Amino acid sequence: MSRADTAAYAGGPAAAGDPGVRRWFWTLGLFRSEVTTTFRRWRTLALLGVLAAVPVLVGIAVKIETGDGGSAGGGAGQGPAFIAQITNNGLFLVFTALAATLPFFLPMAVGVVAGDGIAGEASAGTLRYLLVAPAGRSRLLLAKYAATLAFCLVATLTVAVSALIVGALLFPLGELTTISGTRISLSEGLWRALLIALVVAASLIGLAALGLFVSTLTNSGIAAMATTVGLLIAVQILDTIPQLDALHPYLFSHHWLSFADLMREPVHWDDLLSNLRLQLIYAAVFGSAAWARFTAKDITA
Amino acid sequence: MSAGAGASPDAAPVIETRGLSKRYGGQLAVDRLDLSVPAGSVFGFLGPNGSGKTTTIRMLMGLIDPGAGTVRVLGHRMPDAARTVLPQVGALIEGPALYGHLSGRDNLVRYDSADPTADPRTRKARVAAALDRVGLTAAAGKRAKAYSLGMKQRLGLAAALLTPRRLLVLDEPTNGLDPQGMREIRTLVRELARDGTTVFLSSHLLDEIEQVCTHAAVMAKGRLVTQGPVEDLAATARGRLAVSTPDPGDAVRVLKENGVTGIAVESGDRVTGDPPPDGDLAELTAALVGAGVRVRGFGLERASLEDVFMQLTGEGFDVTG
Repeated sequence: MSRADTAAYAGGPAAAGDPGVRRWFWTLGLFRSEVTTTFRRWRTLALLGVLAAVPVLVGIAVKIETGDGGSAGGGAGQGPAFIAQITNNGLFLVFTALAATLPFFLPMAVGVVAGDGIAGEASAGTLRYLLVAPAGRSRLLLAKYAATLAFCLVATLTVAVSALIVGALLFPLGELTTISGTRISLSEGLWRALLIALVVAASLIGLAALGLFVSTLTNSGIAAMATTVGLLIAVQILDTIPQLDALHPYLFSHHWLSFADLMREPVHWDDLLSNLRLQLIYAAVFGSAAWARFTAKDITA
Repeated sequence: MSAGAGASPDAAPVIETRGLSKRYGGQLAVDRLDLSVPAGSVFGFLGPNGSGKTTTIRMLMGLIDPGAGTVRVLGHRMPDAARTVLPQVGALIEGPALYGHLSGRDNLVRYDSADPTADPRTRKARVAAALDRVGLTAAAGKRAKAYSLGMKQRLGLAAALLTPRRLLVLDEPTNGLDPQGMREIRTLVRELARDGTTVFLSSHLLDEIEQVCTHAAVMAKGRLVTQGPVEDLAATARGRLAVSTPDPGDAVRVLKENGVTGIAVESGDRVTGDPPPDGDLAELTAALVGAGVRVRGFGLERASLEDVFMQLTGEGFDVTG
């Protein structure tokens, strides 16, 4: 039981190389394992399927509506009125689809994945085996959060890419008009679309941290998912009640639709930056809470 | 495997607890436990359901924080040294837990990637070796959801054997296995022990403990009732005298006169009793024959671990505590 003995076991045949670099590489290994485990679940694939279907439905609906030469009525839906422009330029389907999924479908999918993070492993009993492996509580939590963020990005890109394909198939592509009325080229428009997708994905950072925190509170994956999605709905409702005006700037969904400002010329950064700042605050607060809770928790499941 | 082969018998205990306690609500689940598991032993951990075995195992593995007292595993304090200790420990705790949507092989890959000391370059080979060791190679590609309980149990064991271990903690390892599977697991435990791995085995099958364990500890109501080498434990319970005779009535009288207590007549021609603590058994046979009792058989039946257990806990094994 000497220290040398211990080191020999810890090192194994891979003892060569800088230990610091190795540790990072292997933490990456857990993250990779986390990502593949998540994306091989039926539930994850079903969620992505639903997200990919939204632009298809919107695209077909707009196509049918305008098939007789009329133009689609805009302004009725939530978010910026991108929908009216789809018939002129298929790229607008990307913005429309993101605006349509950001209030509920996207965060719901993230809430399911984040809520399931720790609690799902606990209810399956796999958590105790990961911890005696030993994954390390902080390392596991970090890998879970990173995998959830990866899911945020993949989910958003699923919507965007699906919308781009459907838009290109059903409608013409070309120069487009910004909200400010200026014209930008298609390639510039594509860049903006990518940037918008990234901003939308970043808008989910706060919710992902909140979901993971909820996930450390219970041993039931279903309860954690339901609570996270419930919180999402509650926050959305609170955000629409004018009497709670003072509260609104602190709600994680308050600045979500600010991504539309990227379609202005010049870009309005104020709201975009408020959104990102708020997301980082949520990530810091609920990430710390999740860490404090998870590292001190008795694992009885 | 050469795990722990260098450990000498007088090395520090592999598991050592001092005054270990854990309270849930108002109730003490584990009460001042002083457990000592010698290096190289196959250590049987016994106790009725609800006696605190699982809570103890979870504290040993750093899953539950000890309420009071200390835990040392492989010479290090737990749970503080979990990162140093646990890579050298394989564990099966309260049955296997698997990712149903992944194949058996991918389950092992997943658990192996969780171990920061496991080399990813040898992962494939180690996973294959572990599957082979528990006889699951043929079913390795099947989703774990489709596994029978016995196969899940084997896969759980395979996860515990992914890297060479100095200590194996096996909680009810033969649960759900058929007799053939149980025999295989016992053989596996003996093999591992021969290679120097210390095995900490909890089981409710007393004959299983008796067959494979060198040491044992008995828990009841959160307390450690006894621990030590299995022979010593069995020796603490005196054997029972058994006389086979066609004259049970006379035999009972003579035995009683010679200080035998707790006499019982079983099935007409068999008389049993507890021999006097300091009496010579030869005197008893002489007395019986001298009184004209015809004796077909006479002997001391060795106490089984079950007798010891019954005497120590005052209850049957499967009674919930």
